[in-house]
Amino acid sequence: MASISFTINEKPARVDAEPDTALLWVVREQLKLTGTKFGCGSGLCGACTVHVDGKPVRSCQTSVSQVQGRKVTTIEGLSPDGQHPLQKAWVTEQVPQCGYCQSGQIMQAAALLATNKQPTRDQIVEHMDGNICRCGTYPRIVRAIERAAGGRS
Amino acid sequence: MNMIDKAMRTESGLTRRQMLAGSAGLTFAFAFAPAMDALAQGVTGKLNAYVTIAGDGAITILMPAPEMGQGVNTALPLIIAEELDADWSKVKIEQAPVNPAYNHPVFRAQYQVASLTTRGYWMPLRTAGAQARRVLLDAVAAKWNVPVTELTTEPSIVVHAASNRKMSYGEAASITQVSDKLPEIKPEQLKPPAQFRLLGKDTPRFDIADKSSGRLTYASDVQVPGMLYGTIVRAPARGSGPVSFNRDEIKKQPGVVDAVAFDHAIGIVAQSVPQLFAARHKVQATWKDAKGSKIDSGRDLKEYLAAVRDTSKKGVVVRKTGEAEPALASAAKVISAEFTSPYVYHAQMEPLSCTASVTADGVEVWAGTQWPTKSVEEAAKAAGVTPDKVKFHTLQMGGGYGRRAFVEYVTDAVLLSKAVGKPVKMVQSREDDIRVGRFRPMTAQKVDVGLDAEGKVVAWRHRLAAEPVAPYVYNQARLEADKGVDLIVIYGADMPFYDVPAHVTEHIYEDRGARVAAYRGIGAGYTNFANEAMIDEIARATGKDPFEFRMALLKDPRAKAIVSRVAEMSEWKRKRTDGRALGMAFSKLGLPPVGFSMIATVAEISADRASGKIKVHNMWSVADVGLPLQPNNVVAQIEGALVYGLSGALKEAISIKDGAVEQSNFHDYEVLRQSDVPRFMTEVQRSGDIPLPVGELAIGGAAPAVANAFLALTGKPLREMPFSPDRVKAALKT
Repeated sequence: MASISFTINEKPARVDAEPDTALLWVVREQLKLTGTKFGCGSGLCGACTVHVDGKPVRSCQTSVSQVQGRKVTTIEGLSPDGQHPLQKAWVTEQVPQCGYCQSGQIMQAAALLATNKQPTRDQIVEHMDGNICRCGTYPRIVRAIERAAGGRS
Repeated sequence: MNMIDKAMRTESGLTRRQMLAGSAGLTFAFAFAPAMDALAQGVTGKLNAYVTIAGDGAITILMPAPEMGQGVNTALPLIIAEELDADWSKVKIEQAPVNPAYNHPVFRAQYQVASLTTRGYWMPLRTAGAQARRVLLDAVAAKWNVPVTELTTEPSIVVHAASNRKMSYGEAASITQVSDKLPEIKPEQLKPPAQFRLLGKDTPRFDIADKSSGRLTYASDVQVPGMLYGTIVRAPARGSGPVSFNRDEIKKQPGVVDAVAFDHAIGIVAQSVPQLFAARHKVQATWKDAKGSKIDSGRDLKEYLAAVRDTSKKGVVVRKTGEAEPALASAAKVISAEFTSPYVYHAQMEPLSCTASVTADGVEVWAGTQWPTKSVEEAAKAAGVTPDKVKFHTLQMGGGYGRRAFVEYVTDAVLLSKAVGKPVKMVQSREDDIRVGRFRPMTAQKVDVGLDAEGKVVAWRHRLAAEPVAPYVYNQARLEADKGVDLIVIYGADMPFYDVPAHVTEHIYEDRGARVAAYRGIGAGYTNFANEAMIDEIARATGKDPFEFRMALLKDPRAKAIVSRVAEMSEWKRKRTDGRALGMAFSKLGLPPVGFSMIATVAEISADRASGKIKVHNMWSVADVGLPLQPNNVVAQIEGALVYGLSGALKEAISIKDGAVEQSNFHDYEVLRQSDVPRFMTEVQRSGDIPLPVGELAIGGAAPAVANAFLALTGKPLREMPFSPDRVKAALKT
């Protein structure tokens, strides 16, 4: 067991965990930020996507020791009031169905828009290809990202 | 949970009057008398919906069904609000408790399958909303001393035009004396659909913001003080259980609290999920022999095919129109083809999870389930208490698609909590979710179509071999009650909209002990593939255009209208020259007493000859769903189902060897991803005043539209699902 410190959603966090514990379980069960979802445990579906120092990572494949001293952002911290342009676009386009994968989809998309303000459709598709949505909301995900990138709300 | 708790309290002793008294006159509630839907003849269970209106005008509507993504949690309250003439902005939606008052009129339970939620609750909820409105009007009429017939409503306002008086619903609620005798509402007293303010107008879903912010609680998110984590290790084969396992070793693993052998499985409880999964991977067990231990899907499929070919082997006749056998024997020409489909996995994004807390007082359960009523019964059974001692929280499902119509995970969570005497969150790894998944059954089908000398279809014989599903989902008695017809397996095989004078479908039962379940689209995922691919094969064999051939064979005007419209949208007559081709399919969803929704879909594809990869570029669909309550959500459901159907058509397969599933995660069970998705052009048509089934409608057309496009492109049929690169390459070599 080790004591590991990092920043989560701009607040300091210190957790006691085995260093190889997946960040996913620390975030969900210890820090009680359950917006980040468990989907496959193998980095294959993207439901657990969070940002570490602004970059998207699969929290099921990231050990908590890897984020020592770093900045972790989850869906709960993407915007203080749920009004990130992507979240607004998600509502406008009525994207989610069951909604379970959507935190991961939004976190993955937010990382794209942070570095590429005007992605092409092909760039969006390529960037989002690791995130599975079994309800099949894929076309609306693309539309919502285009909407958010276009500055429309 | 407040509303659920409140409702639970009213169930456990408090009378309705007491609850109302406790509300200090600010709120009131209606308990609705049984409302009979036309389709639910003979229903004896009563349906009571609860509407609460506070003095400030806030309206709380309880949503009777579970929600798995299809949007009924908005659609059902919207129906009540429409007839209540509520100001939608003042409506708050709460999940109803598990109580017969909220039963679906067809299933007589809170149970969600076959895309019948909205269709089933339609009349009861309209009646409930109208009744609530009438109670308010009666109160205001008495207060103003005017005939109730002179009152009208605007959203959340009672209006007396003659005296130019208005009263808000909140004010009206505070002067309403709730009586036990509620006004009866006759169907002719309901609002004419032409006057709908909310339905048919694209009211947004209310849950989208919470599903975009991570705030919504799924069963796997529940946390209870003192909670532990548990998982269940099942035998590879259905019906088996542990003989022995390395219990001492498992108990010594870090964080493990206990490891126990149940009759049906091994249970492990640990302090954290990582410790739980680490211990689970160390389980070594010997399992009892069971029928399913011998399943070998590759070998079995060959046996299924032999069975459908051997017409001396009679199956259960499940659909029959006219006399197909003699008509086939005397036909001028017979065209035959065989089709196969593998076991497929629901792959709901939230692996099965349920939290349970067994105490001396009973058991509290948090679950996402398609069958809340059954979940309560099973939780009671597992805890060894009566159902009234079950406090059940119905939560949003992270996908259902039929998987959560099985509720064994509720039993598992309760057993684990009982074993350790603490609350337990049962979590299943993705690997276990697949390994002991309950699949759409593998099938082999043979279709023989007889044509007369003019090329007209005179007989259609469809023989299908598959594991029965109904006895496993329900029980043997249910199958016998349906005259031995497995309605789940053969769903979609009938062809009521085609001019096929003699038609028979036979189901050859391959009762081999596979874990099977209902699946999105039910049987239509493979039956409609066979029938619609067959139509194109006949058209090709007789030198006809598949669109013209369908139009000639269809006898139903609604069906013809959508097929014709989708041909127009897709520019069917414009020959594609860029290595692409079009394929068409018709599909329907429903049952005769319910009515059928229908859809026509055209796929535009290309095929890479070197890699064998099919690319679906565009899909045009026209759907007729009766009355679309929220057209934009209908489009979402159709396109979502097309993605699901395409995924099965192009990628998905479970193989079983020596009774054990060979796939383990999304690397070897691939599903459709963003880069595989075509552009969708979807139109929804309104054809009536009843909302017909939607959620599963588009599944049946996806695979045949792609296969038919491939046939048009290459002249080669694709008759085995999925249309994987190796099969595409093999088809091109023939």
